[in-house]
This record gives sequence, C-alpha cells and structure tokens, in this order.
Amino acid sequence: MERIPILKMGPYLLVTIQVDMHDRVAMTLQDELTQRIVSERARGVLLDISSVDVVDSFIGRMIGNIASMSRVLDAETVVVGMRPAVAITLVELGLALPSIRTALNVDAGMTLLKSARKMAGNGRPAR
Amino acid sequence: MAVLRDELIGLRSMDDMIKARQLVRDCAIFQGLSLVDQTKIVTAASELARNTLVHGGGGEMRLQALNDGPRRGVKVIFADRGPGIPNIELAMKDGYTTRGGLGLGLSGSKRLVNEFSIESQSGKGTTVSIVRWK
Ligand SMILES: Nc1ncnc2c1ncn2[C@@H]1O[C@H](COP(=O)(O)OP(=O)(O)OP(=O)(O)O)[C@@H](O)[C@H]1O
Ligand SMILES: [Mg+2]
Repeated sequence: MERIPILKMGPYLLVTIQVDMHDRVAMTLQDELTQRIVSERARGVLLDISSVDVVDSFIGRMIGNIASMSRVLDAETVVVGMRPAVAITLVELGLALPSIRTALNVDAGMTLLKSARKMAGNGRPAR
Repeated sequence: MAVLRDELIGLRSMDDMIKARQLVRDCAIFQGLSLVDQTKIVTAASELARNTLVHGGGGEMRLQALNDGPRRGVKVIFADRGPGIPNIELAMKDGYTTRGGLGLGLSGSKRLVNEFSIESQSGKGTTVSIVRWK
C-alpha cells in the first residue's frame, strides 16, 4: 500500500497530502502521524493540501481528526494551501472545520506555528 | 435536450471511485463549468460514489454531458441494488448516519448541485441523480 511521507522540519512535522488518496491510506496516515507526534515530540503539524483538488466529507473528517488528535498531544495543526474552490465547496457541503488554522503556504504556516508557541510562552493563550 | 456524452462505469472498489471522480472532472471541464462548479460536482459525485460503495455494496455510475438549448450541464446517476434507504427524509438530514460518518454525504451533495433526486426501495436498491448546470 502506498504511504504518505511524514517529514520532520525542526520541531514540526510536514505532511503533503497527495491527490486522490485511498481511504485506507488516509486512515493509516492518522495513526502514523499520532505516533510520530509523540516519538518526535513535535510541536506542530503542517498539513499541505495544495495539490488536493477535491476534499469530500471523508477527507474533511480526516483533516479534522488530525487537528483534534494533535491538539490533545499538545501539537498545533495548520492546514496549508487549501485551494479557494475547495474552501468554498467545503463550506457548502456543511464542513466548515471551524477549529482548523489555515495558511497560504508552508512558510506562512511555519510562522503561524512559531508565533502560536511564543504566545503560549508569554502566558497568553496560544489558540 | 441533447446528450453529448454518455458513459457508464462500475463502482466496485476505491479505484473505481477515484476513476469516477476523474471522469466527472473531465466532463465538467468539457462542458465549460467554472473551477468552483467543477469542484462542487466532483465533490458531490465523490460523496455519492462512496455511498454506492459503502452503503449500497457497489453499483454503477452513469455520466452524461447535457446540452439544453444554450444551457450546458453535467448529469451523474448513481445506482445500486443494495439494501435501500427505509426513510429518505431522515437520511437527507444533516448529520444523519447509520455508519458513524458525518452524515453530510446526501444533504451536502444536494447543496452542491442544481438538481438532485433520489429514489430508493427497501431491499431493492438506491438511485441518486444530480445535475450541475454551467
Ligand atoms: N446507496 C445507499 N444505500 C443504502 N443506504 C444509503 C445509501 N446512501 C445513503 N444511505 C443511508 O443514508 C445515510 C446518510 O448518508 P450520508 O451520505 O448523508 O451520510 P454517511 O454516508 O453516513 O456519512 P458521510 O457521507 O458524511 O461520511 C447513511 O448512513 C445510510 O444509512
Ligand atoms: Mg456518505
């Protein structure tokens, strides 16, 4: 079975979602990512979906799950590069994903994660 | 109304579902739908194809390019001979699921298209038809 690579970038993990992912690959990714957050003591997850042209409720749910699981493990998730047409469609589908942070690209996502940590360090809420 | 393209494919596996999404995308591009409208009909088709697979036990998808005078559109029909839906009104509600999903497939895909119809008979199967006009 194909797998989605999880890359370590300093204290963060970068996952680039491919187009047309099988459902089972998505499930495996959730499990592997949880394990890696713990084993790498990751502070955040960057989920790059810039090459994804369809997010249906299954993939949307996976994104939401990854965000909630990583939050429980004290890592913040930022969804990177969501295409405008995908965002519009998700809202109309009824999946607004209100608790998800988004950024235009990986660099901006990284900046967001860093500032979230700094805020937390200053005793102010990180999220 | 003229049917310019008419394709039928089986929906028996995840690979078929992915192929189905690509076919719908191709047809939407062929008909000149905007990127947002392409994304909407492909997403709706993805939801319905998954329902055909997961709930209906597999079935088929029929894809048509429609020209109604100057109007151009894409029609997709999903059919299975699965268990059927006992209460369609309930199944169409946001959040209703019998399998631990989000229950957004039917209600959400209806919001993403211009025409939506569903027929289902207990023990006989389910047919869902959608159209997105340009
Ligand atoms: N083709 C079908 N055959 C039999 N039952 C169906 C079919 N399509 C939908 N249903 C029933 O309708 C319910 C609602 O479907 P819907 O797609 O809205 O939600 P879901 O598939 O349960 O979850 P989601 O699509 O959000 O992952 C399903 O749980 C199932 O009981
Ligand atoms: Mg569904």
